[in-house]
Amino acid sequence: MATLAAAAGCAAPEKESDTTTESGVDAASATSAEDFGGMDELVKAAQDEGTLNVIALPPDWANYGEVISTFEDKYDIEVSSDQPDAASQDEINAANDLKGTDRAPDVFDLGQSVALANTDLFAPYQVETWDDIPDEFKDPDGTWVNDYGGYMSIGYDSSVVPDVTSVADLMKPEFKGKVALNGDPTQAGAAFSGVMMAAIANGGSADDIAPGVDFFADLKKAGNFLTVDPDSTTIEQGTTPVVIDWDYLGAAAAANVDTWKTVVPEEAVVAGYYFQAINADAPHPAAARLWQEFLYSDEGQNLWLKGGARPVRGDAMAEAGTIDEELWGALPEVTGEPVIPTDEQTVTAGEYLAANWSKAIR
Amino acid sequence: MSGGPGRRFAVGPALPLLPFLLFVLVFLVVPTLTVVLGAFQDEDGRPTLGNLDALTSEAALTALRGSLVLSASTAVIGAVLGAVLAYLIVSMPAQSLLRRATLAVSGVLAQFGGVVLAFAWIATIGPVGVVTQAVADLLGADLYGDGWLFGLPGLVVVYSYFQIPLMVIVFTPAFDGLRPQWREAAVNLGASTWTYWRYVALPLLTPPFLGALLLLFANAFAAYATAAVLVSQGQPIVPLLIRQAITSEVLLGQANVGYALAFEMIVVVTVVMVGYSLLLRRAARWMR
Repeated sequence: MATLAAAAGCAAPEKESDTTTESGVDAASATSAEDFGGMDELVKAAQDEGTLNVIALPPDWANYGEVISTFEDKYDIEVSSDQPDAASQDEINAANDLKGTDRAPDVFDLGQSVALANTDLFAPYQVETWDDIPDEFKDPDGTWVNDYGGYMSIGYDSSVVPDVTSVADLMKPEFKGKVALNGDPTQAGAAFSGVMMAAIANGGSADDIAPGVDFFADLKKAGNFLTVDPDSTTIEQGTTPVVIDWDYLGAAAAANVDTWKTVVPEEAVVAGYYFQAINADAPHPAAARLWQEFLYSDEGQNLWLKGGARPVRGDAMAEAGTIDEELWGALPEVTGEPVIPTDEQTVTAGEYLAANWSKAIR
Repeated sequence: MSGGPGRRFAVGPALPLLPFLLFVLVFLVVPTLTVVLGAFQDEDGRPTLGNLDALTSEAALTALRGSLVLSASTAVIGAVLGAVLAYLIVSMPAQSLLRRATLAVSGVLAQFGGVVLAFAWIATIGPVGVVTQAVADLLGADLYGDGWLFGLPGLVVVYSYFQIPLMVIVFTPAFDGLRPQWREAAVNLGASTWTYWRYVALPLLTPPFLGALLLLFANAFAAYATAAVLVSQGQPIVPLLIRQAITSEVLLGQANVGYALAFEMIVVVTVVMVGYSLLLRRAARWMR
């Protein structure tokens, strides 16, 4: 009678929870709200589960704090947010380590390389607004979907340093001991893209990240590179007056620091999207699917926008008039064709960084 | 269980040890085996020597050198300064308030590591730390410099902060063990202070000193949390390189290299242990 989640067939059967809803739908294999018999039924099934496990969602990252609390209030489902500051690979590790328990993450928000390397862990699902999402930002089956993106930017406290217009400005003596990069580029996707931005500004390309590494080596030699891991706290304290990071994280900082400005250098426009996916072994499969519906609804997309991120349905929503015009217009200006490194280019650049980064910033 | 009349294979006396043996099995034997096996497997579980090959990369060698320099230097700094402090403490009267206070503070500071310690240092001598700004205002000097706190030099200073008190804790009992009678006996036999120290006290203190030095080395070699908070760029020591191997968003499929790095750490500690036991045998030869 009970239909076990087919995808999780290899787990110990007696541990496997019954993912069939009251109306007889197997939530773990549902690929759309229709499989549940419509949104209302999906909501009901998710509420029966009562909980959603998310991981690695910092409250000040793309407005996730408000996204989570709005979801909780709207559907009366408790969101259990684990390790907010963890990295993408930690999400996959947690899914593997906690597999079969009710503490495993239900959904993932991943960087590109980690997402594409682990597609066999994801359950395909197509949200109701599926058609609005441009083809290049989704897997045809819905195994993964880009959720929000942004541009690599230079955020700075304009009360501390002069205005920044280009990457080269950071070499000026006024920036001594002030320029931070969000993480180590051999580990963090954001930092990786920061080095990529510096590479492109200095004659490199997505295939050649070396000029970016050389730039940071020079920055370090000039005494301008600050090897502190920046976050909203260090920005508020003034520890990190200049931060190379995604533009939406700069927007989050501006909410607390009035003089914070964010600029996307026009000579080096690097874009990146994050990847959203459902854990195939999700302990709360219906809640996981409802979460997706919420994220890709107008409401969810506008909440990300409020955090300064560019929601993947942004253009379609602008056309339909459902986007928050004020926030959409307030995003940092971007000119020129953005560079989005392919997976292959990322791997090659990563290997170069692994061999050269430590030396460059020593 | 109450068994036959002879009780030749009495397990009763060993029973209380069972929890300990289980503990050792779960927290020492199993992890060690996992590390050793993982170090010789590739991602799909096939045997390989490729991970060991990764240990010869420049980044891995730099990290190993960093770890050895950090552990050895903070072990020596901690052992020497801690031993001096321990000597000063035991020279005080047993009931002295200062003595008790110093020991108590050492007990606390020896355990004061990890994230809190790192933040304490950042708040004190970081780029906008209290002391950094005071020094800049008063003397016009730049204490922060080019960010030495967030690299290997910073780790040496911060690790010493818990190494010295740890030495005090483990080494004070050795001083306390020196009986006043021995000194009196030596003096009665015509020994000067120097000959007493040279021929009685120092030989007695050498084995516990070496033991403490080793403990300090291992303590610094394995410490992770403090460094993880302090150092965000480059991987100057092996534990941070292991972090990169298992959590990187950029370099994927490095988990087994992480095992190999952990294996490398086990080897280093084993070598140090063997060296220690050889040294100890020499140092303690006359005591038998």
